[in-house]
Amino acid sequence: MVGVSQDVAERSAESAPPRPRRRPTSIEALALLLVFGLAARPGLTALFGEPAARAWIARFVAVMVQAIPFLTLGVVLSSAIAAFVPAGFFHRVLPRRTAVAVPVAGVCGAVLPGCECASVPVAGALVRRGVAPAAALTFMLASPAVNPIVVVSTFAAFPGQPEMVGARLAASLGAAVAIGWLWVRLGRTEWLRLPAHRHHDAGPWPAFWSGVRHDFFHAGGYLVIGAAIAATLNTLIPEAWLTPLAEHPVLGVLALAVLAVLVSMCSEADAFVAASLTQFSPTAKLAFMVVGPFIDVKLAAMHAATFGRGFAARFAPAVFAAALAAAAATGMVLL
Amino acid sequence: MRRDAQAVVLLLLGGGLLRLAFTGDYLDYVKPSAFWLIVPAGLALLAVAAVTVRDLWRERPEADHGHREPQVAWLLLAPVAGMLLVAPGALGSYDAEHSGTAVSAEEHRSAYPELPDDADPVPLALLDYAARAIFDDGRTLEGHRVELSGFILYGDGEPLLARMVVSCCAADARPVKIGLDGDLSEDLEPDQWVEVVGAYSPRQGRDAINGELIPYIEVESTTPIAAPEHEYQ
Repeated sequence: MVGVSQDVAERSAESAPPRPRRRPTSIEALALLLVFGLAARPGLTALFGEPAARAWIARFVAVMVQAIPFLTLGVVLSSAIAAFVPAGFFHRVLPRRTAVAVPVAGVCGAVLPGCECASVPVAGALVRRGVAPAAALTFMLASPAVNPIVVVSTFAAFPGQPEMVGARLAASLGAAVAIGWLWVRLGRTEWLRLPAHRHHDAGPWPAFWSGVRHDFFHAGGYLVIGAAIAATLNTLIPEAWLTPLAEHPVLGVLALAVLAVLVSMCSEADAFVAASLTQFSPTAKLAFMVVGPFIDVKLAAMHAATFGRGFAARFAPAVFAAALAAAAATGMVLL
Repeated sequence: MRRDAQAVVLLLLGGGLLRLAFTGDYLDYVKPSAFWLIVPAGLALLAVAAVTVRDLWRERPEADHGHREPQVAWLLLAPVAGMLLVAPGALGSYDAEHSGTAVSAEEHRSAYPELPDDADPVPLALLDYAARAIFDDGRTLEGHRVELSGFILYGDGEPLLARMVVSCCAADARPVKIGLDGDLSEDLEPDQWVEVVGAYSPRQGRDAINGELIPYIEVESTTPIAAPEHEYQ
């Protein structure tokens, strides 16, 4: 297979007008890298024999192995929406007024089990299919933050504290809808830079496959950045730093909200980690669980990939503030 | 990255995932239930690779009409190298020494069922032993010999038995630590897996990292064992 594509590359190089300097094609660069990697393998293994480096690479590979299946599911779903759902469909289904469509999208997100890695490309596909960005963003936030799997895992992590489940649902749904309405008031479409998709006249299937491949490589590349940051922070941040913060009611909440952004944990599992941070107040644990599925380093990288960097730079602080405020308010009332 | 190179990367990623799944090495990174996510994802990536190759085969090269795929795609070679070339093992004593014991997740457990009387010693998970010892004052442990397995690590020059607990994937792994009381006949190396048979000891210590309680076990015997296939709990 490699031989065939090189063949093709060579033929195209021959037929093209002579260029002063021929750049190596991707496949040649890749072959070189792979040969180099195989040849340098003993060196690589020795480099990662160092305990800290080994811990880092194990955590990095773990995040990728956990996230790639969800990312794959997400890009398959989003490409299927883009390729097979007719353009006018969501216009007919969703309420015409965006302000009403936002809460509807939030509830839809709550019913469908989604994971952060899957919901970002799906939201991108919804926007491309003509769904109002406000509604698509609310769906993107609500789907991983509030869904049946999250409810069950939170219930299991906090046995005998059903109010924690209720507070998590209320705060997450509230913040997701608030962000949607905020976008209706302040959002500008020009902040969104959806990557251009190739147009296929050949029918939906070529569009589907090309969409899967394109989105996988785009979002996957950014996922690598996020996974590397998360692995670095998990390996390097000494836990002892957190303990003095836990005593303070306000700093404790802030500390766990920031921790949620840094560790980039999937929403199905974060409740167990929140439950184990016993030195912190219930409101701080709630903030950890509400902020985490909304925004973290891995998600910010994926938002930049799907909607553009200008959008991600504005969206991340807004979402962090909304999630933190919702968690603090809900915590004061319910916990 | 052009489509022919993408096909190769997809092949390596999908193949790498399937290899992890079928050699059982995936247990070093994720929970056993993730098998049912990894296998379909690996197959899906291989399918995308196959369709890409088929399209390249059929189309003329000009069909690519200069559309550049994102350069960020090259980063996906990092997990390929991590999975296939470096292939790090499960987290061990280094990580356990650098994070506090995670026993408090079990604090709100409602029931501590009696241990079976017909088994001697009773095999117990480290987290189970720690939760019974700390939050139930060892009530259900009294009068039983128990068998624990984990790896050795040193905290303040003293050997501890530990096991990593994973909630989602190994990136969030946290150790559970148990102190070893009594005569330890052999020199225990860090990271050596051992099977400890012993009885409940009311002695408790504190983890220097997060101040959580570390329960002790009165050791009767320690036997070095091979690392289990699934090192996390």
